[in-house]
Amino acid sequence: MENAFLQDWGITIMVFLPLVGALIMMLIPADQEENHKTIALGTSLLTAAIGFWLCVDFWNLGEAEWANLHYVVDRNWISVINAKYLVGVDGISIPLIALTLLVVPLVIIYSWNHIPNPGNPKAFLILILVLHTGMLGSFVAQDLVLFFVFFEVVLLPMYFMIGVWGGEDRLYASIKFFLYTLFGSALMLVSFLALYWSTGSDTFVMAELAERVRVEDVKLGTQVLIFGGMFMGFGIKVPMFPFHTWLPDAHTQAPTQGSVILAAVLLKLGTYGFIRIAIQILPEAAIEWAPWIGLLAVIGIIYGALGCLAQTDMKRLIAFSSVAHMGYVMLGIATLTDFGMNAAIFGMVAHGLITGMLFFIAGSVKDRFHTLEIKRLGGLLLQAPRMGWILGFCTMASLGLPGLAGFWGEFPAILAAYQPADGISAPLFRVYMVVAAIGTVLAAGYLLWLLQRTAFGTPSEEFENDPEIHDMVFTEYVAWVPLLVLIVLFGFVPHLIFDLTDGTVSGFADAVTALGK
Amino acid sequence: MLSLFAADAVSAPAIFDWVWLIPAIMAGSFLTILLGSKRLKVPAHFIGIPAVIACLVLALVTAFSWIGYSSDVAHSGEVKSEESFGGTAETAGAPVPGFVDAGAPTVACVESKHGDDYDDDGDHDAFGAGELAFSGELELAVEEGEGGGGTPCPVINDVTWFSNGGDPEDGGSDITVGTLVDGQSVMLLVVVTFISTLVHIYSTDYVNGDRRYTHYFAFLSLFTASMLFMVLSSSTIQLIVGWELVGVCSFALIGHWWEEKPNSDAALKAFLTNRVGDIGLLIGMIILYFAAGKTFDITTINTMAVSGEISQNTLLVAGLCLMAAVMSKSGQFVLHTWLPDAMAGPTPVSALIHAATMVVAGVYLIGRLYAVFFIGFGISGGTLNAMALVGGITCVGAGLLAFVQADIKKVLAYSTVSQLGYMVLALGVGAYTAGMFHLFTHAIFKACLFLGAGSVSHACHHSFDMKADMGGLRKFMPKTFWTFVIASGALAGIPPLAGFWSKDEILVGAGVWAGTDGNGTFTLPFIFGMMAAAMTAGYMTRVIWLTFFGDYRGHGVPHESGPRITTPLIILAVGSVFAGFLNMPKPFVEKIGLPSSWGLWFEHQVEPAGIGSFPAIDHGKPSFSLAIVATLLGLGAAFLVWNYYKALYAKDHKATEVTDGLMSKIPLLKAGHTMLTEKYYLDHLYTGAIAGGTKGPLARAAYWFNQNVLDKTVDTAGKTAVATGRFVYKYIDQGAIDGAVNASGASASGGGQVLRRLQTGRVRQYATLMFGAAALMAAVFIVAI
Repeated sequence: MENAFLQDWGITIMVFLPLVGALIMMLIPADQEENHKTIALGTSLLTAAIGFWLCVDFWNLGEAEWANLHYVVDRNWISVINAKYLVGVDGISIPLIALTLLVVPLVIIYSWNHIPNPGNPKAFLILILVLHTGMLGSFVAQDLVLFFVFFEVVLLPMYFMIGVWGGEDRLYASIKFFLYTLFGSALMLVSFLALYWSTGSDTFVMAELAERVRVEDVKLGTQVLIFGGMFMGFGIKVPMFPFHTWLPDAHTQAPTQGSVILAAVLLKLGTYGFIRIAIQILPEAAIEWAPWIGLLAVIGIIYGALGCLAQTDMKRLIAFSSVAHMGYVMLGIATLTDFGMNAAIFGMVAHGLITGMLFFIAGSVKDRFHTLEIKRLGGLLLQAPRMGWILGFCTMASLGLPGLAGFWGEFPAILAAYQPADGISAPLFRVYMVVAAIGTVLAAGYLLWLLQRTAFGTPSEEFENDPEIHDMVFTEYVAWVPLLVLIVLFGFVPHLIFDLTDGTVSGFADAVTALGK
Repeated sequence: MLSLFAADAVSAPAIFDWVWLIPAIMAGSFLTILLGSKRLKVPAHFIGIPAVIACLVLALVTAFSWIGYSSDVAHSGEVKSEESFGGTAETAGAPVPGFVDAGAPTVACVESKHGDDYDDDGDHDAFGAGELAFSGELELAVEEGEGGGGTPCPVINDVTWFSNGGDPEDGGSDITVGTLVDGQSVMLLVVVTFISTLVHIYSTDYVNGDRRYTHYFAFLSLFTASMLFMVLSSSTIQLIVGWELVGVCSFALIGHWWEEKPNSDAALKAFLTNRVGDIGLLIGMIILYFAAGKTFDITTINTMAVSGEISQNTLLVAGLCLMAAVMSKSGQFVLHTWLPDAMAGPTPVSALIHAATMVVAGVYLIGRLYAVFFIGFGISGGTLNAMALVGGITCVGAGLLAFVQADIKKVLAYSTVSQLGYMVLALGVGAYTAGMFHLFTHAIFKACLFLGAGSVSHACHHSFDMKADMGGLRKFMPKTFWTFVIASGALAGIPPLAGFWSKDEILVGAGVWAGTDGNGTFTLPFIFGMMAAAMTAGYMTRVIWLTFFGDYRGHGVPHESGPRITTPLIILAVGSVFAGFLNMPKPFVEKIGLPSSWGLWFEHQVEPAGIGSFPAIDHGKPSFSLAIVATLLGLGAAFLVWNYYKALYAKDHKATEVTDGLMSKIPLLKAGHTMLTEKYYLDHLYTGAIAGGTKGPLARAAYWFNQNVLDKTVDTAGKTAVATGRFVYKYIDQGAIDGAVNASGASASGGGQVLRRLQTGRVRQYATLMFGAAALMAAVFIVAI
């Protein structure tokens, strides 16, 4: 049984605690920087404490219960449109919530001595806390309106983070990020509204809508169109080819913390939305869309990898690699099989940990070398051996080495493509499978090439005797070690995630299978 | 040893349940060295060497236990099953005519689907607590044909790593890891631990004082652990994991001296070439996974292949995919190019990884899934197939390249490629045991050669250039010289050294020579094999001459290496002499008056003949005339090469090649020579055209498309939106749009206030427009449906 306190308050406190922290910080003058850092870290740790308590309590419910929603709080919210404050967690939200709960405190710890220009930790940390609420909220919302609100709450803090604390081209990048994502959200909103109206206009609750769509026998054509709107909203967030062009700019310009959060959590809102909303509610349309999603996914895998190979900037390269990696996630989702969707969720977590780490490293390299231009770097292993080793470790994880987390997102997704759900062309997906497998070669190519040019060799003359270049510092250890440990842990014990997600995902996949036959 | 056996004569020795310790010890050694060596101020080899020796001992105990066990099984005439699994009889199904030799007794090693574990424990959650669930021992055999005796089934100990995609009865599957003990894996266990032990000892001298000594030994341990983990694989996914891990260790050790770019280039090339093959590995394993009813279990896959439950077409496609993996890992043409470059790593690493163990992983893979290849490629009764052809081309193509190398390690590298081709050829013609036996003998004498080359370079100021820095070394380093000569003789197939026996069996297995009767008549592979036999003797004679004979061309005075280097050489040289006697042909054994059981001893231990997971292969009959002809070919080639260099030496004591010979006069020969020195232009194709093309024009084109097409579209859309926005604000009353727009517009302008400083209000315009458009579209949408 759920713990009674958590049942009533767990999710709500977890989601809104960061906002409370942000409010308190607003009342404190900006020049008390240490206080702001302490409050921000304290808030995020407290949130993590409650959140992980919830996760552990959820775990103890036992595997049979993981498929169902728990800690459900159901209150009326906007009664005019029957929008509810309906939150709850099941097996597919828990891993992503845990990821968020982990990453945010680490980012704040990293910020301790890495506040980007132009400074102002107060505003910076408040934005992170607001983001925190938005992200957690998106993963617990079970009502479309509520989800949409949280989904949008995420947008603004990130916009400011890039626009104020970003690199040289920050204004362009931030506007592009904001508008592009907003554009997708708008179409998504259209879909939500259309869904509402076409199912009798009395609920926005996801599970109920799924039931309604089946019972009311919504026309397939309508479903496909509605799915299309969601596809735009989530697809841009993921981002899927060809809607990814905001990502390299946003990542490159964002401060390290922004990049990490963006890569580790924000992108997952899109892929999570596909599974939680689009596929759960519209499985029939999903079957129609699957070949196209699969196509864009594998194009993304190859295209993202080629994009990486063309980069001269370390951070931009890592950003492009997200396009390729999320391609595997989307390929897994497109198979509409439980194996594939399990792999997708695993891939989300793995990508969050690994790419988050890579962005951390890029940030620290930038701190020391004041450049991320690959051809000026080199010999990192000599100048900062530990960082160099960690970079090597992360590139191996990122290219999908078995024994590390990345493998379990990639290989099962490729495997699932061999036999997609009934009703989807298997020969077509087998072609996708081969293309995706070829993508693994390119991934190894750009990652190892990056490693070779930055970590191997000897330092260039300009940095040879630079006193600013030193190995890892305390905050880096604290922020990175948990991520590294988890990359190994999930590599060896992948069922920590697979077992959690399997129940819920099987339910969705069964709905698809029932239709396919 | 007997104490290891349980009371029941045919139950498997307890040691088989504990073989997992062998890779675990090495993994522990890796972690200890990595985390503890510097802190405890203990030299890394103090941890690595005891660990690897412990593994060697355990491997030997396992091997002796296996020998005892298999002889007990053979004599008992009956194999008892310890547990009975009833529900899976279909996998053991009746042999399909045409696939299984009807005359041979067949033991079905039935595979459990672990049904019990899922049915009975409702509340006991096997995975919830993150523990591994033990799913029972599978050491059983259910039925046996008439005739009694036979080969024991593989002893499998599996744990369920995790289950994915729902419960098995739901169409999901278990992912298991475990150990599979049979002749093949035990043989590899011994080879890997034995060579690894010697390389560890040798390395303490060879890399003494290296800038990353600790790191070197850590990776040596990790490599050994990964290799052993792979060798013991009971499931294909475990095999993939091990396969990739040894690849990473190889990457790290080739690039050990990563400060110099050529080394890291070589490391990258190795990894990337192997990744290309991995495409085939992944796809092939995925095909087999689905074909065998969603299982990664190797025994099940093999059993179903033998029984005909997987169609031959499927097996063929899977087999071809897996061949790509074999070609990259085991250096087969045309994916072999990384292996010679891999010589950039420290020499002991070349001996261990790039000669004796990792590079035979491909051969091992074929053997492990032999039913898939044997039936898929239609080896029985065939005349040619992809595997035999690839092996044949490789053993000749690489043999030719070995003639034009100046670097002693490169000669040995191409020789390794060539010999790996031999093994693949053997498996391709159905000579399973011959292939495995050659793997075994080759590991010993090739390790000896590589370590010998290291010893030579130690004496010659770390040069590997035979032409510039060597010559006449036999006088300075007799131990190295003699061990090198013995190993070369073994490699060249000079009787009675090790290579002679294994090579002879491969040639016999091709079934071409009169009276040999193999699985089919593989004429072309046989011709390739004979050519390679001659070439091997030729290029090794060249190496010996250039290195040990003539006058010393380097500087300084060379010296013999120390005991930590020469002792492993001597041990391996002794092995090179005797290893071949393990599998002498029966007629020969009888002729020289030894007990008949001495003949084909290796085959009895390693080949799982007559069990349901192994295809019914035919064995060639040994032929004295073939052995004599092949030997004469080799000796003849050696004689020619010897005289060539002797004549050269008579003319000029320092000469290493003829500069005005036929090669420079006949254009065709010259072109051929250039073709060889350019390594068939494959590197130009791969590095220049394919890698360069992908990295250069293709990547740039994709990025150009990204910036100038996709991104431009987005920017243009943005700019158009701004223009439209201005137009809308200027000419159209905002009230014209309904209330929803106002509401959204208002909220957007709330955000816009804050942004004004940054963006002078443009965001507001965008945002308003966006929400307006959204509401409008929703309306249109709803009206339309």
